[in-house]
Parts: sequence; structure tokens; C-alpha cells
Amino acid sequence: MKPILTADKAVENINDGCTLMVSGFMGCGNAFTLIDALIRKGTKAINLITSDTAYPDVGVGRIICQNRAATLTASHIGTNPVSGQKMNSGELKVTLVPQGTLAERMRSKGAGLGGVLTPTGVGTAVEEGKQKLNIGGKDYLLELPLGANFAFIKAEVADKYGNAFLPGATKNMAVSMAMAADHVIVEAGQIVEPGELDPEKITIPGVFVSALVKAVLPASNVQVKP
Amino acid sequence: MDPKELKRERLIKRIAQELPDGALVNLGIGMPTMVGNYVPADRTILLHSENGFTGLGPAASKDKINQSIVNAGGQPVTILPGGAFFDSAMSFAIIRGGHVDYTVLGALEVDMEGNLANYMIPGKMVPGMGGAMDLVAGARNVIVAMEHVNKNGAPKILKKCSLPLTAKGEVDLIVTDMAFIRVTKKGLVLEEIAEDTTVEEVVKATEAPLHIAGTIRKF
Repeated sequence: MKPILTADKAVENINDGCTLMVSGFMGCGNAFTLIDALIRKGTKAINLITSDTAYPDVGVGRIICQNRAATLTASHIGTNPVSGQKMNSGELKVTLVPQGTLAERMRSKGAGLGGVLTPTGVGTAVEEGKQKLNIGGKDYLLELPLGANFAFIKAEVADKYGNAFLPGATKNMAVSMAMAADHVIVEAGQIVEPGELDPEKITIPGVFVSALVKAVLPASNVQVKP
Repeated sequence: MDPKELKRERLIKRIAQELPDGALVNLGIGMPTMVGNYVPADRTILLHSENGFTGLGPAASKDKINQSIVNAGGQPVTILPGGAFFDSAMSFAIIRGGHVDYTVLGALEVDMEGNLANYMIPGKMVPGMGGAMDLVAGARNVIVAMEHVNKNGAPKILKKCSLPLTAKGEVDLIVTDMAFIRVTKKGLVLEEIAEDTTVEEVVKATEAPLHIAGTIRKF
């Protein structure tokens, strides 16, 4: 059984300078309750790894806008102009990674692999400083595993063994992140007894999960642009 | 409809005709998204949304927003019957593994070797490549949908891209408001022109040399 913690307790050991993965896509699937607790705790100089930085003051975007990140590894920052401003001013060191490469770098870390070979980025700025291998007549870049101290995952339902169901398009980077991070905190809308969650419908096996937190903030992430 | 919109609709319609029945297609944000609205009635294509599903449907109306379903632009959308959800690793395996038949996306520049620049302008626009690099490297067919010239009237189809590349040598087809151009090993082949232009005008608006097909059709 996994510990069920308050959000504040769950983020207690997330200290300045840590590396943190936050799953979600444009805010869809961000762990709002955990992000809120982390902002409240005041952790700074976070090395943030995330698909994108959502919107200013929405979900993971808050970590950027409230000056809590020192570095950012992401695939897209265009919807949160603050990320770009901080990158240009030198306040935030940004590494942009192709989205599929980001997912596989994390997955490979969690899967015990030495990295992945991908054709993505060959002949572009992405290949700079990377080993290139020709396999069967085609060029591939060696992309190295990417891990983290912590990951924040949002689930709809989790059982007390940590098995989690993530609905719809909220799965995005969550599975790869749950595999890659040392301590994986799942924020769940519902925490149920073992057996109540159908083992056939598990998105993330509990084996990857360290602790559970009951979501208290609604998933009001989806924004309709005017 | 204003003339610019009409020209845009024409090129989108032309691209839609390229997509065969049953194709798995990923449409980029903006103009490419509209391609889905013009697929001929006797065909069904399946749309892939790189954030994690197939069966991408229309935008969700305000009263039907599902907080768990957004498209790759973060907008609330629907999933059609027959769709499937998956995580990013699977989604990009589908892309890189050559299981996406077509991707349609915009471009800042494209050149005679099929190189594409569409993700950044150094010092000006650095949003990140998102899934574009994977899509262009992985999709079986890459179709560029764009205006033939830029805001200042300068060609966007160049001998060599000047902006940072999204991918090298991956573009198969360039469809603009003026022309339908295929990227081949011998260079760019002009196959069709828009009904309100001439071959001469297309050549003039294109920096890269064009091979002119034996029969030029109009669209």
C-alpha cells in the first residue's frame, strides 16, 4: 500500500535545486493540487521537465511565472509568453526537445535502457553535440535517458497500491515520467480500495508510484481561446 | 468570402483530395486543420492528435467540453467513434514508426531539397518544435500547406532554407495558393497551378528552379 498524503506533506521534501517532471499537455492533465502546494512551499531553482509550459498562471505555467524554475526542458513554450521572456533575459535556461524524443528519453530512463536512437532532428540544430549512428543505411541520433528526483502525475482514479487510471488525452507524458522519476506523486480525483479499479484498465502500474494525494482543485485546465 | 480566404479554401480543398480513404492523417495547427473539413464525402480519414489519440473530432461546443480531451493546440475537442487514446510514447511511436500516412503542416520556408523550416525565427519567435520534428521525420508523406510568398511578397520556396530546419529532405508535396509542386530527386516539379495564375507567374514567385510537368493541370 502506498502512503496517502496531504499535498503539503507530499511536497515537503521537494527542495531548491531539485529536478521535477510535471505531466500534462497545455495544462490538460496537470496536477493542479500538487503544483499549488509546491508554489505555497516556496521551492525555487527547480529544474523543470514538462511537455510545454501551458498558459501563464495555469497549472505548470505557474512554476515559470512565479519564478520558481532555474532550467526548463520542454518541447513547446509558445503558449506561455513568460517562458520566452525569461529565456531571452537569461533568467531561465531552456532546452527545447522534440516531443517524441522527450517522451522516449524519459521512458528509456525508466526502462533501464542506455538511450534511444531516433531519426528525429537529424540535419537540424537538435543534432548538435550528439552522437550520430548509421543503422541500416539511415542516420539516427543517440538521445540519452532523462530522469528526475520527482514527478507530479494527475489521475482520475488511483487505488491504494498506486495503480492509476488517466482518462482521455491526459495520459500524454505521464507514463514516461512515472517510469523515469525517483519519487512519483500521483494526485487522484478518487482514491479507492484495491480491487475497485479494474486491473485491465490501468494506465500506470502502481509499481512506479511512491505516494498518493487526493485532488482538491478541479481540473479546470481546458481554456477556450477567444 | 474575401479573395484571400477563397484562395486558402482552394488549396485546402486540393490537399484534401490527396488523402486516400482510410489514411491516418495528422494536421498541423492553423490552416492545415481545415483540411479535415474538405475530405471528399466518399472517403473517411482518421485524424491523429499527437498529444495522444486517433479519431480526433470537431471542436467541443461550450456545453460539451471534456476536461480530459484537448487537441495538439490545447483546444477542447471531441473524439469520434472508433478513436483510441494513448500516451505520448505510443503517440510518437505511431508517428516515427511510419504509421501516420500523411502530415499536413505550414511552413516559413521550404527548399528544392525538400528541407523544411517552420518552427523558429532566431531572435524573434522561439516557441519550440513541439511534435513537428517527429512528424516531419516520421510521417510517410509530408505535405506543406502555405501561401506561395510571404507578407512582403518574397518567395518562400527557396533554393536553400535560411531559417533553422525542422527536418532535412522530408517534404514530399508543396501546395500553395498558386501551385501544386512535387519534391522529387531531380528537384521541384510544378504539376498544377491555381486557376487564376500562369506558369510564368508561379516561376517568378518561386526562388527555387522548377521543372514544369508536360501537362499542367489547374486547380
